Amino acid sequence: MTDTIGLVMIVAGLVFDVLGCLGLIRLPDVYNRLQASTKCVTLGTCSILIGTFFITGFTSTGFKALLAVFFLVLTSPVSAHAISRGAHKAGIKLWKGSTCDALEERNKEAQQ
Amino acid sequence: MKTVRWILGALVLLGILLVVILYATDVVFLPSGREHSGFFARALYIVILSALMVFFRILKGPTPADRIVGVDILGILVVGLCAILALATDRSWYLDIGIAWGLQSFIGTLALAKFMEGRTFDD
Amino acid sequence: MKSRALMFLAAFAVWCLLSWPPTALQLAAGAAASLLAAAVMGRMFITRHHMLGHPMRILTFIFHYMPVFTWELIKANFDVAYRVLHPGLPINPGIVKLKTGLKSDMGLTFLANSITLTPGTLTVDVDKEQGILYIHWIYVRGRDIDSASRAIGGRFEPILRRIFEEVVP
Repeated sequence: MTDTIGLVMIVAGLVFDVLGCLGLIRLPDVYNRLQASTKCVTLGTCSILIGTFFITGFTSTGFKALLAVFFLVLTSPVSAHAISRGAHKAGIKLWKGSTCDALEERNKEAQQ
Repeated sequence: MKTVRWILGALVLLGILLVVILYATDVVFLPSGREHSGFFARALYIVILSALMVFFRILKGPTPADRIVGVDILGILVVGLCAILALATDRSWYLDIGIAWGLQSFIGTLALAKFMEGRTFDD
Repeated sequence: MKSRALMFLAAFAVWCLLSWPPTALQLAAGAAASLLAAAVMGRMFITRHHMLGHPMRILTFIFHYMPVFTWELIKANFDVAYRVLHPGLPINPGIVKLKTGLKSDMGLTFLANSITLTPGTLTVDVDKEQGILYIHWIYVRGRDIDSASRAIGGRFEPILRRIFEEVVP
């Protein structure tokens, strides 16, 4: 039974991984790509690791998988935040169809 | 035009996935004949397929930020690859590699982002 | 001192999980390594002691924050999958402002991380003095600061205020 749950979770994780990488190809600019890929690939990999835990149970592989889930959920939003902030400071523009950019307005006000 | 491109892309992706699911049932360096070994081989090929999609973005990316996003995502994918390898071969030290790789890639991404921001590495 | 002891316990727990069936030699080596780590880096581990005084805060973190966060994370993934698979690419991106009442570092960090992993939003920059977060939103529904704050931060901010702020208003 736990074997089946684990295999289903691994399949769900693989689906989300492929969808996240598809988003990395399809979406138009850095920020949108960062959104799609960070969320989908993080949950997909966490799902694969939790499936690993379900299959192996309370052995060394299972505990290491849980530890990897912990580190992954803690670190991946921080790196996404760092990349987006760096990209905006480096002057990379938003997609031309964007509606508003509050940060750009703030920077212009600070310069004047 | 957009719809035609969408249909073409969907057909190519579904075709590759179908070929992987139907025919890619073993990997050379994995022990065969264990429980679920065919499933783990297919899962390995699908993770490698998404890594190839990330490589496309790293090679083509119009701005440096796109390439850094690609490197970050590749680091997360490798952790999943290590988990599947650990399941398929029943050796738990693959997950040690996975944890260490994830933390290293996090630090590397932070350094690259700071570098792109145009600051020094000190703060 | 409390911070060092907690750092020792955390490092020792991670060591035990990594070398699972624990033997006596491994436990001794792990204790030595954790002691070294706690002696060198221990002062930086916990800088705000008021969190440990109330077990209610930790219970709220585990039983209220974590289920809400997990549910939002799963919803975010289906949202992104829908946007990526749709032929017309239904996106309307933009950067909006969000006003927050949280003051502490930990609270702001957790709010930013929660916003990054919830549907369609990504924290771009944090202005700590004025309490304003700059958020990239993949489908902008309201451009003024109040509606954006309600729509994005409304679910997490009350919970995080009860966990991380010193004085609960």
